[in-house]
Amino acid sequence: MTSSTESAPTSAVLSRVDGPRVVLEATDLRRTFTGGSRLRPTHVSAVDGVSLRLHAGEVLGIVGESGCGKSTLARMLVGLEKPDGGSLIYHGTDVTRSTRSDRRLLRTGVQMIFQDPYTSLDPRMTVGDIIAEPMAATRSAPAAVRRARVAELLGLVGLAPEMMSRYPHQFSGGQRQRIGIARALALDPDVLVCDEAVSALDVSVQAQVINLLAGLQKRLGVAIVFIAHDLSVVRHIADRVAVMYLGRVAEIGDTETVYTRPAHPYTQALLSATPSHSLADRGKLSRRRVLGGEPPSPVDPPAGCRFNPRCWLATDECRTDAPALRGFELRDVSCHHAEQALAEARLA
Amino acid sequence: MTTGSTGGSAAEGQVALRVRDLNVTFTGGGRAVHAVRNVDLDVARGEFVALLGESGSGKSVTARAIMGLTDEYTRVEAAELVVAGTDILTLGDEKRRLMRGERMSLVLQDALSALNPVMTIGNQIGELFRVHRGATRKQARASAIELLGLVGIPAPKNRVDDYPHQFSGGMRQRILIAMAIALEPEMLIADEPTTALDVTVQAQILDLLGRLRDQLGMGVLLITHDLGVVMEVADRLAVMYAGRIVESGAADTVLGLPAHPYTQALLRSIPDAAVKGQELLTIPGSPPSPAQTPPGCSFNPRCHLAIEVCRTERPPLVDVALGRASACHRSEELLHDLVH
Repeated sequence: MTSSTESAPTSAVLSRVDGPRVVLEATDLRRTFTGGSRLRPTHVSAVDGVSLRLHAGEVLGIVGESGCGKSTLARMLVGLEKPDGGSLIYHGTDVTRSTRSDRRLLRTGVQMIFQDPYTSLDPRMTVGDIIAEPMAATRSAPAAVRRARVAELLGLVGLAPEMMSRYPHQFSGGQRQRIGIARALALDPDVLVCDEAVSALDVSVQAQVINLLAGLQKRLGVAIVFIAHDLSVVRHIADRVAVMYLGRVAEIGDTETVYTRPAHPYTQALLSATPSHSLADRGKLSRRRVLGGEPPSPVDPPAGCRFNPRCWLATDECRTDAPALRGFELRDVSCHHAEQALAEARLA
Repeated sequence: MTTGSTGGSAAEGQVALRVRDLNVTFTGGGRAVHAVRNVDLDVARGEFVALLGESGSGKSVTARAIMGLTDEYTRVEAAELVVAGTDILTLGDEKRRLMRGERMSLVLQDALSALNPVMTIGNQIGELFRVHRGATRKQARASAIELLGLVGIPAPKNRVDDYPHQFSGGMRQRILIAMAIALEPEMLIADEPTTALDVTVQAQILDLLGRLRDQLGMGVLLITHDLGVVMEVADRLAVMYAGRIVESGAADTVLGLPAHPYTQALLRSIPDAAVKGQELLTIPGSPPSPAQTPPGCSFNPRCHLAIEVCRTERPPLVDVALGRASACHRSEELLHDLVH
């Protein structure tokens, strides 16, 4: 079932889809922040060895709880954060060191949509200037061309071109997020990184923006890394999904496979704790898999599998050896006991 | 107005909260803004009622008005405001202050800013016992430890002298809940208690609220924008839009067969596994600001069922079936599945 043409240490699922070319490839990305006092520094291991491959035109969802390193990963993918280790390759060019030319290359191709539409737009710039800024910064078009392009982009995200001369405060949250999307599209990128792009929006507006993103992805063929904590939104939009726990990927694979037959105990617990939106599943939470303890902090992550203190399947092996991501029934999972977890879930 | 009551015909002693015709107006800035209009609410003891609405719909304002946490630029008017048998409209400020915490309490959304950063958790919880019950420091500390254990903080004896920043977000929220239930109030209002939390922690908090409701027989008014949470825990439900309650009734029936197009559209706009890859149904436009609500039915510019009368005449909240009310000119048709 797997065509492992590549000899890279990456695992089965990553190389399964051979069709579309790989746009962005992250291998073993790491990022540690140093905090605390000078005398007693603490090290926060935010992202610890994450490997991902993003193919042209696909939507990769990334889910996980707060503090699992989703946002740090996103910032590394767009070059806002320099990785401490590992490599990031964009269209075959290694951009890990984020030199000036690396950054320039990455920014024309990889753009970010931010979470908060109220703070990510400069209140003193007109919408036209905000959307034209990427083009101005890269000096990629003269002013007249930029104006025409801004009008086109506004149309693309469903706003009237006349709104160009208005200021952000004149728009609602949903409209502002559309402006943020238009800005991200200005340089015609092939990757959009959406970090909780719809989380701050009202439910009735959220659906509009999700539809817009899905439509843009189909029309422009742009690949999207969609980071969210809302599992139902990710299920709707993503082709593949990665579940992160404390800086590592717990499970990654085809969205339906991961959602319907999760093989990592953490994925199972996360899915069972998500309130369902259908009346038929009322009372689902009382049947959920209860995780013991608090989500541990990345300051002092446990040895071995980082999930082991809360895992009901943990053995001595889990406490000492960190499980590597391995191919298992149509997805990659990093668990020593994935077979057992999946079998038990089937019985339950 | 007798119509639109949420069917709370419980015996007088069983009523935790009874609100009739609540109006809240902001008078700052020269112009009066009607944030909440004609809201009726009933919560029986031991009942979980959800108040669902988007931002700006007036749900938090309602909570603050009931608690009496308003400033000089807020005018609160109500025909009836009864908490656990006491009419709090007739109470003076001091008596009302004593009711807060003792008979009714509020859990706020942002746990970090709701706790005092320079007081230990033990002192903050203990303060309630010392002020309201006249307990000694030692007794208050013991009660605080007991409460921390009740809300599931591990090793409460060791944590009682910690400061808020030493706790995680979920634990802080539980500490707030501990403070809210400390004096065993009859009525607990929880304003988005789980919005900032992860799903696994959210599930724990909802469990905790449900358990406390059963143990202490409190009435719980849960204010939220999350349909999933409502689906999970609510016995009854009131949906707010632009400052008014547009639909109310038993959660099962309202969510199963909404009688208001707004409720229906909300339910449909949520991503569901069944419609993967398809366009989500959306509600066009965005919620109106309370300062500028459209004439007629506030929802009419966004409603796919709007007809001429909706643009001119505001539909009253009327009973459409036993124990449920809806404010829509076309709820009859909606209920009988004549329109979609």
